[in-house]
Amino acid sequence: MTINGLKNHPYIPNSVPEVQARMLKEIGLSSLEQLHELIPESLKMTQSLMLPKPLVSEYELKRHVTRILDQNTHCEKYLNFLGAGCWQHYVPAVCDEINSRGEFLTAYGGEMYNDFGRFQALFEYQSMVAELVDMDVVNVPTMDWFQAAATSVLMAGRITNRETVLVPDLMDPDKFRAMANYCSPKMTLLPVGHDPVTGQIDMNDLKTKLNTGVAAVYFENPSFLGFIQIHGNEISEMAHKAGALSMVGVDPSSLGVLEPPSRYGADIVCGDLQPLGIHMNYGGGQAGFIATRDEQRFVMEYPSRLFGIVPTVKEGEYGFDDVAYDRTSFGNHREHGKEYVGTQAALWGITAGVYLAIMGPEGMADLGRTILQKSTYAKALLNDIPGVVASRFKSPGFKEFVVDFNGTGKTVEEINKALLGEGIFGGKDLSAEFSELGQSALYCVTEIHTQADIDRLIAALSRIMGHA
Amino acid sequence: MKAIQRNSKVRTGFHQAKWDEPIIFELTQKGERGIQVAGTEPGIRDRVGDGIDSIPEQLRRKIPPALPEISQPRVLRHYMRLSQQTLGADVNIEIGQGTCTVKYSPKINEMLARLPQITELHPLQPEETVQGIMEIFYKTDCFLREISGLDRFSFQPGGGSQGILTIASVFRRYFEVKGEAEQRNEIITTIYSHPSDAAAPAVKDFKIIYIGPDSDGYPDFEAFKAAVNERTAGFIVANPEDTGVYNPKIKDFTDLIHASGGLCGYDQANANGLLGVTRAKEAGFDMCFFNLHKTFSTPHGCGGPACGATGAIKRLEPFLPGPHINAIEGNDGKQRFAFDRTFDDRSIGKVRSWYGVAPVVLKAYAWIMSLGAEGLYETAKVAVLNNNYLFRKLMEIPCVDAPYIRGKQRVEQARYTLEKLTKETGITSGDIQRRIMDFGLHYWTSHHPYHVPEPFTLEPTETPSKEDLDEYIATLKHIFEEAYNNPDIIKTAPHRSSSHQVDSSWSDDPERWAITWRCYLKKTRQV
Repeated sequence: MTINGLKNHPYIPNSVPEVQARMLKEIGLSSLEQLHELIPESLKMTQSLMLPKPLVSEYELKRHVTRILDQNTHCEKYLNFLGAGCWQHYVPAVCDEINSRGEFLTAYGGEMYNDFGRFQALFEYQSMVAELVDMDVVNVPTMDWFQAAATSVLMAGRITNRETVLVPDLMDPDKFRAMANYCSPKMTLLPVGHDPVTGQIDMNDLKTKLNTGVAAVYFENPSFLGFIQIHGNEISEMAHKAGALSMVGVDPSSLGVLEPPSRYGADIVCGDLQPLGIHMNYGGGQAGFIATRDEQRFVMEYPSRLFGIVPTVKEGEYGFDDVAYDRTSFGNHREHGKEYVGTQAALWGITAGVYLAIMGPEGMADLGRTILQKSTYAKALLNDIPGVVASRFKSPGFKEFVVDFNGTGKTVEEINKALLGEGIFGGKDLSAEFSELGQSALYCVTEIHTQADIDRLIAALSRIMGHA
Repeated sequence: MKAIQRNSKVRTGFHQAKWDEPIIFELTQKGERGIQVAGTEPGIRDRVGDGIDSIPEQLRRKIPPALPEISQPRVLRHYMRLSQQTLGADVNIEIGQGTCTVKYSPKINEMLARLPQITELHPLQPEETVQGIMEIFYKTDCFLREISGLDRFSFQPGGGSQGILTIASVFRRYFEVKGEAEQRNEIITTIYSHPSDAAAPAVKDFKIIYIGPDSDGYPDFEAFKAAVNERTAGFIVANPEDTGVYNPKIKDFTDLIHASGGLCGYDQANANGLLGVTRAKEAGFDMCFFNLHKTFSTPHGCGGPACGATGAIKRLEPFLPGPHINAIEGNDGKQRFAFDRTFDDRSIGKVRSWYGVAPVVLKAYAWIMSLGAEGLYETAKVAVLNNNYLFRKLMEIPCVDAPYIRGKQRVEQARYTLEKLTKETGITSGDIQRRIMDFGLHYWTSHHPYHVPEPFTLEPTETPSKEDLDEYIATLKHIFEEAYNNPDIIKTAPHRSSSHQVDSSWSDDPERWAITWRCYLKKTRQV
């Protein structure tokens, strides 16, 4: 049987039969079936794919998709306290306006001339993140923090010619899995224990594990469970003394108020851009960055594209170019280049640039301060609820914190179910992945939460615990 | 009244936007603000103070980040101008991005993907609150199963190269579980497959074995036979390759790999011309990936966010990154969607955070729904028609040639050579690339290293009309004539783009490269 096409489709100009006939004639053919001549008959489909009937009218398509999406309940309707690597921040309208621009949205791999704006916007993004993290080199974004951290590990391995990286045992298990897969079999990740009271990296365990096989010590600030790692300086010093690098993962939304890792000895900094003007997108807003000093031994180990500013033949004109292009797998060395490069998350990089440009230093400081105030307020009120401890770890924190419900006699699952009934998404249930914490949950409070929102959470929890 | 004569198909009057815009740091004006952050209520301040005291002194930021201070309208204007200096597919006839499959990205799909019902979803929300997006993931998975013949897709990979990494990771894990990882440490690919088909498996410590073309341009089967042995973990290849040549013996290749105990991974970056025509399964592949941002129309976003949806046959499903979404029957008898979060020891774990780029999956879903099986088939046929029309017309130009399978059809793209032009005029393919920008078009040479001399690679897809193709051809002809008559204008191009020729000598010189503005200021001694 013949397979039917779909003529006069609005997206396909040459689906008009008369035009097809004219073009076929010009290339000496008489039917579309004569195309694909090199594909053997044994590999050709003999019937149409089994797919739903097309919704060719745009209106029908819109109705169909919105009907499906309307089944979702989103975080502008419900009050959300979930974070854990995807955070609800305010997205300024200008960010959406710019990343909706068709020119940026639909550009791809053009040159520094006809995609001049793309090059400049990404160079500026690199430059602004560099100011935020106080480093001289930042890459065009990777897929996400997972990838940025994984690549940082391999970079450290190449720089030191060593094969082990120490990581905190309280890190995001998913991130650990992604890093472990990416780095295996070349590198090994070895978890370092923590102080059960503070959550801080156990310095004795760190000391024991730091040997001449260790390429780097990786830790995060704030850590996955929200507390701030206060011994950054000592960790970096110990790493350096052992000939290893210090690598720090950061939440950029904290850097208006927290010292950048360069100030406590970091050699490689990485993190996620999603807090910088990018919607949660069900986890699709992630984009990673890597930053280092401007030293050849670091720069030449990036697999990513690095856009640099250069002169042009015209006096007084800025131009842009790929720096050290041949390091990448797009260069002449292919698999002998550094890892691989390809489509990652450039549009989110441009968006993060827009965000930092409108926030400025004052905006980032205000953001950090507001988050500190609101999360501290939420912790204080949660702690007032009998049986609830906030936070589980006795360390300073930022944005996220572990709420310990062990004293309430209820499971996080029960609590979250009850909260859902009140239109609230409670914090991430940690009981399966961090069993030592028992019935605990990771709560996230940002600038979007008002006092009334937090009070509403407290009232709901009090009711659920039978205290109201 | 005399009519205005505008006969030329070639846009000789084109000039790209050129705003001569400063670097954003140069716009700074102390005290200006682009936005005010949501404040803290007095009730909170009364209870907790300024919040900063909760941070140990040594960890409080002492020197504020030197970000620019700019009002909102000026920031907006800056980026609007930069966007105008970017030649996205929405504003040009996008057939010159080589093998990148840049096609029309429907606006309705973009609009749908920006609804709060998707943008404001948190990935850890309870399943009952995200049934809509789970349905989209599940159904798109089912569509890709049907299009490829494979049994399960993961949307985690954030691009084609990460899709290849996922395939290579599964291959390695598969042989680890079998206890053969040390022995099977070679991946075979071809020189005309994407560089990532070699580079991503090399990250997983595979040794890369390249197969070159035979005299017809097909992957050399004799060389392939000689390369396959007990060390072969797998074969990862594009078909058609970037030359547009489809390997008709592909099943013999995959059979041979299977006979020696290896696995086959299909780089389907070039799938657009094959939709509904032929599938990965029948060609003998165990895994494949599709670029949703290429074949399935989602916009490229200057290089992501994207999705390299990666599929596997049943036997390899347990090795895919999780979690998966299944359709189950609820207590009420209705279909609902649930995550399978059971962790299989054999799984490679995760390759990207969460479940993939949800808006990209949604846009691909909407695109498939707008076309159905008949529309996908039309897409493939028109893409191949467009390419072969373009190919025939360009091959009529004396200075253009294309190696291999003379007289036979290409699939979705073709790699040409300007060797003759270069010999006769000194104008290289790279020169042509810069000159065509003066007419508002893209043109791509090739991946490196060049195996075809003075190469260029075009892929029209189904998006351009015959008129568009004719304009592209006429523009190239115009430039080739310039090469013979006025080569200097090409050598010094671009003239009407957003920037003039750059001095690339800075870019490989550690003393002069400047990857950030602060670096530039330091190296030019402005600070």
